[in-house]
Amino acid sequence: MRHESAIKDFDWPLMALAFLISGLGVLEIYSAAGATAWQDAYLRQIFWVALGFVLLWISSGVDYHWLVGQSPAFYGVTIAGLLAVWAFGPTINGSQRWLPVFGGFNLQVSEFAKVVLVLLVARLFSELPKGGLKVVGLLKGGAIFCVPWLLVLRQPDLSTSLSYVPIFGIGVLLGGLRWKYVSIGVLVALLMLPLVWRSLEPYQQSRLTTFMDPEQDPRGEGYQSLQSKIAVGAGGIWGQGFARGSQTQLRFLPVPHTDFVFAAYAEETGFVGVTLALTLYFALLMRIVHNAQTASDSQGMLVCMGVAALLLFHIVVNVGMVVNKMPVTGIPLPLMSYGGSSTLTTFLLLGLVNNVRMRRFAN
Amino acid sequence: MTPNIKDKQPRDVEIAVFQYAVAIVFLWLLTGFWELQVRDPEFYEARAARNSVKSLPVLAPRGKILDREGRILVDNLPSFHAVLSIDDLNPDNYQLIAEGLSLADGDIEARVRQAKEEQGPEYLKVTIKEHLSEAEIAFLEAHRVELREVELVLSQRRLYPRGGVGAHVLGYVGEISERELNQHDFVLYKSGTEIGKSGIERQYENALRGADGSRLVLVDSRSRRIRDLDLVEPVAGQNLRLTLDADLQAVAELALEGRRGAVVALDPNNGELLVVTSSPAFDLNKLIGGISRADWGRVLADPDKPLLNRATQAQRAPGSIFKPIVGLAAVAAGAVDPDFKVLCKGGATFYDRYFRCHTAAGHGWVNLESAMVHSCDVYFYTIGHEVGIDKIAEYARIAGFGDVTHVDLPAEERGLLPSSSWKIRYYRDKWYAGETISVAIGQGALTVTPLQAAYALGGLAAGGVWHRPHLLSYDQRKRIDPDFERPEPSRLDIEPKHLDALIRGLRGVITEGTGARAALPGYDVCGKTGTAQRVSRRFAENNTDPRYFDDAWFVGFAPCVEPEIMVTALWENGEHGPMAGPIVRDVIKAYFDKKRRRAWDRATQPPRPPTPGDPSNLSAASLEAER
Repeated sequence: MRHESAIKDFDWPLMALAFLISGLGVLEIYSAAGATAWQDAYLRQIFWVALGFVLLWISSGVDYHWLVGQSPAFYGVTIAGLLAVWAFGPTINGSQRWLPVFGGFNLQVSEFAKVVLVLLVARLFSELPKGGLKVVGLLKGGAIFCVPWLLVLRQPDLSTSLSYVPIFGIGVLLGGLRWKYVSIGVLVALLMLPLVWRSLEPYQQSRLTTFMDPEQDPRGEGYQSLQSKIAVGAGGIWGQGFARGSQTQLRFLPVPHTDFVFAAYAEETGFVGVTLALTLYFALLMRIVHNAQTASDSQGMLVCMGVAALLLFHIVVNVGMVVNKMPVTGIPLPLMSYGGSSTLTTFLLLGLVNNVRMRRFAN
Repeated sequence: MTPNIKDKQPRDVEIAVFQYAVAIVFLWLLTGFWELQVRDPEFYEARAARNSVKSLPVLAPRGKILDREGRILVDNLPSFHAVLSIDDLNPDNYQLIAEGLSLADGDIEARVRQAKEEQGPEYLKVTIKEHLSEAEIAFLEAHRVELREVELVLSQRRLYPRGGVGAHVLGYVGEISERELNQHDFVLYKSGTEIGKSGIERQYENALRGADGSRLVLVDSRSRRIRDLDLVEPVAGQNLRLTLDADLQAVAELALEGRRGAVVALDPNNGELLVVTSSPAFDLNKLIGGISRADWGRVLADPDKPLLNRATQAQRAPGSIFKPIVGLAAVAAGAVDPDFKVLCKGGATFYDRYFRCHTAAGHGWVNLESAMVHSCDVYFYTIGHEVGIDKIAEYARIAGFGDVTHVDLPAEERGLLPSSSWKIRYYRDKWYAGETISVAIGQGALTVTPLQAAYALGGLAAGGVWHRPHLLSYDQRKRIDPDFERPEPSRLDIEPKHLDALIRGLRGVITEGTGARAALPGYDVCGKTGTAQRVSRRFAENNTDPRYFDDAWFVGFAPCVEPEIMVTALWENGEHGPMAGPIVRDVIKAYFDKKRRRAWDRATQPPRPPTPGDPSNLSAASLEAER
């Protein structure tokens, strides 16, 4: 007998955490984008968050086993979507990332591909032969993974394509890969680094070098990271106050409502606010991991861990960038950065986690 | 390892590793915030403030310069600078800007580079051209959209309502140069500042400049003003009322026009300078707004040296205008009596060398008075020989030769007053008595400036009181500089008998001698001509280059007793001293014409209320009304 989903089985702590973090995000978007062309962005973000909760609720109604089972079909649709982006997507700021859809909205297919990849990885690595993952299985999974990865990389969108790696990585790890293979893989990756460096575009290389020393070119490439660092530091312990950070309000901080929303938040709420937000994120990740531990099967566990790994990657890269511990990339902060595709994707992912949670007593 | 993953076997170890990894990563992120926000927040708070708070100068209007009657010689006019905002810099536009503002290729790049060096990476704005013309302003207005980075900034420029009058005295203003920036006087100045470059503008730079104010402005990342945080009002520069008389100055400049030379007029009773002019002059109005490099190069290369203020910087042999000083030295030192007579036969031999008088026919028996009247060289050879070089030097030094007069103008020259000790010091050689003969008629190593000549002979005419020449009255000097001390005049007790003989001789020069051209009917005028050789007579005879022609000097004062005005004119290569006489006569005539007209006005018009006491605070409007 299948346990029927019910509202009372929802993962309410997870939802409360998502709601709180989204609330902080909306407030900071309101503060940072006030009196600019983006002054209505917080209203749209409220809409995205609300829509996200609806999507979460709807997607929770469909058993994740069915979703995992259908993942090859979703995968096909995603590849088709990415090819359509390649074929029809307009080139904005030198890259092809969006597919124009109804009502003037641009759909970022590579964002929704994350959901599909989480499901697909759960499927691939939950059906393994005896003795754990073998090289052949790894290569097969790698090949399936590489297709969307390369399609996103060529847009070009290095940071989104990189965000796929932890989904695959966690699947490989939990799928039973021997530690021997892991160490070989790490070694190979290290040896490949110079090659990767050479294949990077000059702007990507200069981002990495200025990341090492942002003062070397304070008006150019290093400008964003330097201004971010100044904003964070100016926040001090208690912060400059809501809507009162000079770096944010006078727009020295670049894109303070999207990629650098956490720098703006750090300037206005200080170390206290940062600690609160990071605690919420930590609790959210731990809650997802807890759901992985209590999942009724390995598919559910893999789904949850895939989501956790993906969110962790986003948080580390984005927040790390804000404090200059990571190079400047265009990775949004889940739930806080303004943006429809990113917000909806995050809620879909949380919906999967909730889905697993609701069905933890099944079978 | 559990072989079959389909069993409900959570990967406890891996998940635990993941949990620890998340915890470590979050702690690592938190340390990043700790470092910036808790450990060292002041540094970043200061950086944030430096980002958003800018201090913008509020330029103080430069003080005006007025003549002794309060007429404006140098005024201010609102003017616009073109300023480039660095944040919106677009090198593709340089070509268009350079064309519209007629700048040379690379000018903008050079200025931007300099600003970067000086202001560091947080530099804000660069002035690319000062004092735009109307056409240039119109160009910028028309290209407002394309050239968002160019702003018009209001400032002041100098205006010379009387044209080029007094160019050398007034001086000009210009952007501070690299060299000046390294000088002690300008240690607090920034590049791009407009400073007084010469003349009064340079001399009284500190008083004229005032103090620029500043505005603390909150700006956003595109340097747009959000609001003012604080305003320090500028202190306007002080107006300076000079002792110059614009009317006499204009007369002197007109009289000198087309010749190289200088005219200096002063009041020997107090040292106030009424006229200081030099020719050829430069047009001050052309120097505003930045003269082009090519034009400036032409000015610098001009063999006539228009930038030289000949009144204080031309050092030439004085010729016969030195004779009154030699006469004074001889009688005051007791070497000869005013009635001492010499027979002039057109020349005389001293130390086995024959020295010619300027007329081969000779002057017959002459004494101090008649020798002065006819400028007899033989007489002065003789008394020079009697009194000796060191006595001549002693009295000439009292009269101000051989040293700066301390006039309030920059870069005054001191001339050269030879003496036996000078010869030993600079040539390691003894003085030969034959050299005294040349100095006695104002030749030899002796050189003087026109200002020195006016000062020296003015003091003599005033009866042995030498008041320091100056352009700013002592009262005003005291006001702009509390440490200023009024200098004491140097004095010499001249026996009335001796002075009388000298004055009679100088009067005779005008009435019956070489200076008849300076005669002014109805006025008691004294004077002395001077024709100074530039090169040896033999060299001059074989050379027709006008630059080797003799210099023409004329000094004149009136009235002969208790003089009110002393005028010196130098006409370089004017050949004959008497030719400079009319210049002096014109100035003296203008002086007395003015005086008479004023007396007439006073007699025929009802008395007016006295003008406000403080001339430096006169507003332009009240000055207009006064005119």
